[in-house]
Amino acid sequence: MNTLRLQPLGLLFAAALALAASVSAFAQAAAPAAAAPPPPAPTLEQRVAGLEAYLNNTDPSGPLKDAKGNVPTGLTTPVVGIAGPGHNGWMMTCAALVLFMTLPGLALFYGGLVRTKNVLSVMAQCLGLAALVTVLWWAFGYSLVFGKSFNSPFLGGSEFFFLRGVDSVPNTDYAAWVSQNVFSMYQLMFAIITPALIVGAIAERMKFSALVLFMTGWMFLVYFPLAHMIWGVNGFMNGVWNASATIKAIDFAGGTVVHMSSGWSALILCLILGPRLGFGKTPMPPHSLVLCMVGTGMLWVGWYGFNAGSAVAADGVSANAFTTTTLATAVACGTWALLEYITRRKASVLGFCSGAVSGLVVVTPACGFITPSMAVPLGLLAGALPFFACTKLKGMLGYDDALDTFGVHAVGGTLGAFLTGIFANPVVNSNLSTNLKDVVGKTLWLEQIKAIAVTLLLAVIATTILGLLIRALIGLRPTVEAEQEGLDLSDHGEEGYIFEPKS
Amino acid sequence: MKLIIAIIKPFKLEEVKAALAEVGVEGMTVTEVKGFGRQKGHTEIYRGSEYTVDFLPKVKIEVALADESVAKAIDAIVTSAKTGKIGDGKVFVVPLDEVVRIRTDERGETAI
Repeated sequence: MNTLRLQPLGLLFAAALALAASVSAFAQAAAPAAAAPPPPAPTLEQRVAGLEAYLNNTDPSGPLKDAKGNVPTGLTTPVVGIAGPGHNGWMMTCAALVLFMTLPGLALFYGGLVRTKNVLSVMAQCLGLAALVTVLWWAFGYSLVFGKSFNSPFLGGSEFFFLRGVDSVPNTDYAAWVSQNVFSMYQLMFAIITPALIVGAIAERMKFSALVLFMTGWMFLVYFPLAHMIWGVNGFMNGVWNASATIKAIDFAGGTVVHMSSGWSALILCLILGPRLGFGKTPMPPHSLVLCMVGTGMLWVGWYGFNAGSAVAADGVSANAFTTTTLATAVACGTWALLEYITRRKASVLGFCSGAVSGLVVVTPACGFITPSMAVPLGLLAGALPFFACTKLKGMLGYDDALDTFGVHAVGGTLGAFLTGIFANPVVNSNLSTNLKDVVGKTLWLEQIKAIAVTLLLAVIATTILGLLIRALIGLRPTVEAEQEGLDLSDHGEEGYIFEPKS
Repeated sequence: MKLIIAIIKPFKLEEVKAALAEVGVEGMTVTEVKGFGRQKGHTEIYRGSEYTVDFLPKVKIEVALADESVAKAIDAIVTSAKTGKIGDGKVFVVPLDEVVRIRTDERGETAI
C-alpha cells in the first residue's frame, strides 16, 4: 500500500538523488584542478562559544557567522548538528510525561466519571486515539504542522511525510539542541491528547467506528492547520517566532491549539449527538471518583511535561513554566473546592479534581510567559469561571456535555488565551522582546482575542461539517439497545468489572 | 417458633451479634441489603448535577427461635442497635411453621 502511494514521491526522490550524485561527481572531477583549500578551522573562541550556546540554549553555529551573518563554507565545530544531552534527555522525559497524561491519566479521569457499563469504552477511545494519531502523525501530521515546503502560514509542508529525514539531528527552526525525532515524538503526544479530550463531551453515547472516522477528519481539518498556525515557524498566528505573522498572538503550550480547539469542538459534537438516553431523568453519577482522582494526579504530574517541556529545552523559561504551572493549579484546585464549600457547605473530591484540571488548562498558554506572582490571580480565575460554567451554565442551557469538556477546556482554554495577553511579561521570557516588543504589555490582548476568534471559528465550522457528514454516512449513535446495555459490551464485547462470589 | 427479621444500621452488626449471643442465640443469617423507611435517602451533587439516592445500605439479620426466647432476643436487638437517630431500623417477627436440620433430618425446635 505505502510503496504504491509513495511512487510519485519516490520518483521525485530518485531524481533528486541522481542530481545530487552528478553534482558531487562534478565536484570530485573539478577538485584536483582547483586544488581546493582545506576547510577553515574554528578558533578556540568559536569552539568555546559553541559550548556556551549549549548552556544558553542558543544556536551553536551562531558564533561561526561572519559580519554578514553567514557561516563560511566548511566552517563548523563538533557541537554543530548534534543534540545536547541535557536538553534531549529532558525532552524525552517530557514526551513520556505527556503520553502519561492520556495513558492512563485522562483514561482514568474520564473512566471514573462515566457509569460502570461505559468505563471501557472511554479507555478504548483513549487507546484507539493514541494508535490512530501516531500513524497519522508519522505519515502526514508532523510534516503538515512543522514542515514549511508549502510556504504557507496555514499548513506546513510535505518534506517530512512519513518522517522522512527526521533523525537525531536538531531542526534548528524549533530547537537548537533537541533531536528532531525527539521533538517530533514530543509534539505527537500533544496531537494524541487533544482529540482524546473531546471524548469527555460525547462519552457514553457515540459509536466507536463513528468516533474513529470523526477524529481522523478532525486531525486534518482542525488540529494540523491550527498547530501550524500557532507553532509553525512561518505560522499565521505565531507572534513569537514569525516576524510577519498576521496575528501576533502567543500560546506557550497549547491553550488555543489543544484546549480551545478540543473544547469548542466538543460542544458542537455533543449538540449534534444529542443527550444520553434518560439524561435529566435517570441518575448518571460517576461510577468511581477514586479512579477519577488517580487520573487527576497523573494529569497534574504529566502536565509538567506538557507545560515546562514546551520550552523545548531544560532552560530558565522551562523552570519558570514549571513554577507557574504548580502555583496556578494549586490555587485553582483550592478555589473550586472553596466555592463548593461556600455554595453548599461541602468541598468535594470531584471539585478538587475539576479545579486542578481547570488550573492546568488556564495556565497552559501562559506558563512560559508570566511571572509566578501572576500565576496566583490566574489560578483564582481558573477556579471560578469554569466552576460557574460546569455547575450553573450547563444546567441553564441544558446540553449534555457528559464530562464537562466544554466547561473546563473550552471555557478554561479561552480564558487562558485571553489572560496570557494581559499577564505576559518579557522579564521571564526574552523571546517576547524581539518580534513582539511593541505589542507585549500594550495590545497583545487584542491579538489574543483575534487568535481566539480564529480558533473558535475553525473548530466550530469544521466540527459541524464533519459531525453532520458522518451522521449522514454511518450514523453517530449506537442503537437504543446498545446504549442501554452499555458501550463496553456493545462496542468492545467486554466488561470493566466482573465480580465473582467467593467459593 | 418465630423468625425474627431485623433491619439495622451496618455498623451496629457486631454489637447486635454480641448481644444476641449473650441471650443464648446460637446462629443467625446476615445479608447486606438496601432500603429506606422514614430516613429517606440523601442528595449527591456532581458538578451541579443533583441525584437523590433513595436506597441506603442496611444489614438484615434473620434468627429462628423457640417462642420462649423471642422476647429476650428482641430486647437484645433493640437495645444494642439503638442510636436514637432516624434510620435505626426495624424488627419484624413472623410465625415459623417448620425447621429442618439438613444433616440429621431433625424437625421442629430441636433443629433450631
